[in-house]
Amino acid sequence: MAHGSGGKAMAQLIDELFLQAFSNPWLEQMNDQACFTLPPGRVVMATDSHVISPLFFPGGDIGSLSVHGTVNDVAMSGAVPKYLSAGFILEEGFPLADLQRIVQSMARAAEDAGVAIVTGDTKVVERGKGDGCFINTTGIGVVAEQLHLSGNRVQPGDKILLSGTLGDHGVAIMSLREGLTFETTIASDSQSLHDLVAAMVTGVPEINCMRDPTRGGLAATLNEIAQSSNVGVTIYEANIPVKPQVSAACEFLGLDPLYVANEGKLVAFCPADKAEQLLAIMQQHPKGNEAAIIGEVTADPLKFVQMETVFGGRRMVDWISAEQLPRIC
Amino acid sequence: MQGVGFRPFVYNLACRLGLTGTVANSASGVEIFAEGSASDLLLFQQLLEQEQPPMSLIETLQAEPAAPQRLSGFSIVASRQGDLQVAATPDAAVCQDCLYELFDAGDRRYLYSFINCTNCGPRYSIIRALPYDRHQTTMSEFNLCSACNAEYSDPSDRRFHAQPNACPVCGPHLSFVAGTGEPQQGDPLTAAVEQIQQGMIVAVKGIGGFHLVCDARNPVAVARLRQRKSRPVKPFAVMGLNPQSLTSIVSLNVTREQRLQAQDAPVLLCPSADKLPEGIAPGLAWCGVMLPHTPLHYLLLHRLCGSPAGTDWLRQPQTPLLVMTSGNRSGNPLVTDNQQAVTQLQGIADGFLLHNRDIHIRCDDSVVNGLSDQMPLIRRGRGLAPQVIRLPQSGPATLAVGAFFKNTLCLTQGNRAYVSQYIGDLDNPGCCQSLAQMTGHLTSLLGIKPEQVVCDLHPDFYSSRFAREYAQQNDIPLHRVQHHHAHIASVMAEQNISEAVLGLALDGLGLGPDQQLWGGELLRVEGHRYSRLGHLPRLALPGGDRASSEPWRSAAAVLHRLGRGDEISARFSQPAATTVKQMLDQGFNCPQSSSAGRLFDAVASLLGICHRNSFEADAAMQLEASACRYLQRFGHPQQDFLIDFSESGQPMLNRLLQCIADTEDPEWGAALFHGQLIEGLSRWVIAQSRIMNISSVVLGGGCFLNQILLQGLTEKLQQAGITVYSAAKLPCNDAGISLGQAQIAHALARQ
Ligand SMILES: [Fe+3]
Ligand SMILES: [Mg+2]
Ligand SMILES: [Zn+2]
Ligand SMILES: [Zn+2]
Repeated sequence: MAHGSGGKAMAQLIDELFLQAFSNPWLEQMNDQACFTLPPGRVVMATDSHVISPLFFPGGDIGSLSVHGTVNDVAMSGAVPKYLSAGFILEEGFPLADLQRIVQSMARAAEDAGVAIVTGDTKVVERGKGDGCFINTTGIGVVAEQLHLSGNRVQPGDKILLSGTLGDHGVAIMSLREGLTFETTIASDSQSLHDLVAAMVTGVPEINCMRDPTRGGLAATLNEIAQSSNVGVTIYEANIPVKPQVSAACEFLGLDPLYVANEGKLVAFCPADKAEQLLAIMQQHPKGNEAAIIGEVTADPLKFVQMETVFGGRRMVDWISAEQLPRIC
Repeated sequence: MQGVGFRPFVYNLACRLGLTGTVANSASGVEIFAEGSASDLLLFQQLLEQEQPPMSLIETLQAEPAAPQRLSGFSIVASRQGDLQVAATPDAAVCQDCLYELFDAGDRRYLYSFINCTNCGPRYSIIRALPYDRHQTTMSEFNLCSACNAEYSDPSDRRFHAQPNACPVCGPHLSFVAGTGEPQQGDPLTAAVEQIQQGMIVAVKGIGGFHLVCDARNPVAVARLRQRKSRPVKPFAVMGLNPQSLTSIVSLNVTREQRLQAQDAPVLLCPSADKLPEGIAPGLAWCGVMLPHTPLHYLLLHRLCGSPAGTDWLRQPQTPLLVMTSGNRSGNPLVTDNQQAVTQLQGIADGFLLHNRDIHIRCDDSVVNGLSDQMPLIRRGRGLAPQVIRLPQSGPATLAVGAFFKNTLCLTQGNRAYVSQYIGDLDNPGCCQSLAQMTGHLTSLLGIKPEQVVCDLHPDFYSSRFAREYAQQNDIPLHRVQHHHAHIASVMAEQNISEAVLGLALDGLGLGPDQQLWGGELLRVEGHRYSRLGHLPRLALPGGDRASSEPWRSAAAVLHRLGRGDEISARFSQPAATTVKQMLDQGFNCPQSSSAGRLFDAVASLLGICHRNSFEADAAMQLEASACRYLQRFGHPQQDFLIDFSESGQPMLNRLLQCIADTEDPEWGAALFHGQLIEGLSRWVIAQSRIMNISSVVLGGGCFLNQILLQGLTEKLQQAGITVYSAAKLPCNDAGISLGQAQIAHALARQ
């Protein structure tokens, strides 16, 4: 990957690479923009910049992650994701072979998610001014008129459902990055949740809110919801699915799975009388077969998020401001 | 102080000496106007101090001449509301007079569970509002019968103005509820005693909350309680009738006996004797014991002793021993309410011995470390709360919210600081809620409207979040205070020090303004200002907070720093050993900390004494006990001084830690570590004291619960002509943080 004068030819090469991989009518028109019509409904839009080290990891790479991340952000509104844009920032000297791999992976992820990557851009920055490859994606989708999912609509009494195991992505990335070896390799859970969401909102349109607990993990998500909906949250440790190897790694590393990032899980808040029905829908779906009802929303002016432990005790699931600073004095 | 029988005492004394005048509570304390001959007045003044009632404390006594008023007699003038800056008094154990009445078959309160007088009984725990009058307590629903009212109104009676005064006719009564929640007919006491005798667990309502009670001599019952409470090893406190009954399980001496029998009736940690029943304090060389402190406890023991007649049995050694552990589910606040007890303790207790005198303010048992002669306080609760401390200077009304563990809060008004009882650890939602409730309760009880709030620098403590929200809601300023600065300031506040001092904080962890983790700090403190003169060498904490419960991780960090990381897997048969080595190599989740607490952990584990804490400070206490055993037999190990100092005068411990890592004799190693550390710290402090030209040193932080360290260092510094201060009224651990925060906020506000 070259920067500067020789960069022009290179940028052209890259454009061709994208054109080939993402091939769709909008890209092929070679305009500076994509022009499309959307099916009826409210339009949903989300953007996310993806920065991750290492770029390739068990279960995915930055390419697939950049599609999943934005597709999921769009889908959490109950929407069907339709179109994506992609912006690349590449560091001078970044291997073309790696870029090819990433682009192929993005293309596959987009196809799986049923979205078209309709516009894009590439910049190459000087060596040392970027970390290999950054990708920004913006997504557009459409949500049916009767669906109203939002972080401030959660009600006391709502049940909280989680679509699968916690912590897979964060632990996979950390162990690879830090050269930590465990008995079994832990793979990222990076995946797009659009189809799971579609099944859920079709079966139970009364869902009040959905979120994908990415950075900060389930703990950050629950605290955000507690704040914006002015409620308390109680979850039950015994009901929270965590893979044994993830749980062991977290214990070794001194991490709490509740605070570790996920890239292919969602948490849903729905009225109690719909919870069992929703759970059944989730469990019938391949991306939700380990789904569980993990807790409920409470009326609590102090907006505490708390967890009943497997020993019957209770502990605070605090909002952590930045990284996990030790607190035990 | 209110409700300690001081005014009746003054009245009786004045009448005895034939003086005329008045006695009244006033804003500044108690005001006495006494008229009589000069010699009688002088005698009066002497006897005021000599004969004052057991629960009162005269801080200062000032006398000045006044014009004669020629009154006809002596009288107690009723207190006006709003006059009172005096706080509520702590709860007190049943007094000897009441105890003898309790077992006097001729007394109208014979075997009555709620007997009390002005010298004893509930106070702080039943107060809803001040001034302390019956209608402002949870006794308000019980109307005094004529016999009780006569006592209550007679200044010469022991029950004059005893607010909780009651008898079987007019007062509260016991009830018993089965484990299923079904109320039981029949004698409540009989039901409870039968269950205890059958090895079952009974929740018993005490002064500041519930206890879970079982027969301490029945290992099956003790194991059952451990299993139901999910508390596999943490020691249980044991109650025996009197010191003689406890000598079979712990070693007592005169000072320990006196401490046990004091009015605050704390849990006292004592060295265990041979016959400690199985399961009470597994693997430990000590056990917490206490004496009965409510009439109900005595009645339970009376039945368990076979209901002996008379009172002689009270002074004889008796076999029954009861486990008395706090009535809560792991980490939750102590249960205080009947209904809560039945719901929250269901599945733990087989029965509930209840009564209808409500507990308004929760107070855990106070805990005192009787393993050393100084008997420092570990936890301030029942019998000791609320604590009033006079600050060196006045300041705006301040709310200080403490730290994370062992949370307390502190409210100030003028130059008085009111420190709450132990609230709990803020990893528990119930304790967090309790912090919010206690703030509301104490501000209204004391009539204080905080003008500023102060919290720790750590943003993620619930107390810090609470303080932010409180400041916002009340539109008042918020101050943040560094943890170890607060530890030192806490001692300065209680000892009334306002000049510049050196502060040595030896502690667990606290966040510094540099976002680093502090914990072994030498500070210069003056008013609200402090500077960090130095700190102990930094050590990695592999796994962050997890290192605090697994001392072997700190030991691994020491080995790694000594270039001996390859020994980690071989030395520690921990499943995480290989990962921890990799984490140390990579520096992954290995925050660096100058914590003294983690250093003690590391040494305990390097010596093979304790690799994992079963409860807080487990390793540190075992290390101290090992050192103690060696020191008692052989004195300090003969060894060269192994601590070096850097060019900037900072202590370096590598040679000492090498030696610790290599010894095969844990007790020698423990003694060596203590001795060397004391020598090293004292040289460090003395050198800085000369440089800074400051001759007062304050010792603060949780590590000073270690008495070898506290006493050794105090002696060494005193020998060098340094004045040494350490915590005396509050525990030196994080329970004292709120007072320190308040003191600093006061100083800040004066700027
Ligand atoms: Fe501390
Ligand atoms: Mg996102
Ligand atoms: Zn009494
Ligand atoms: Zn009565």
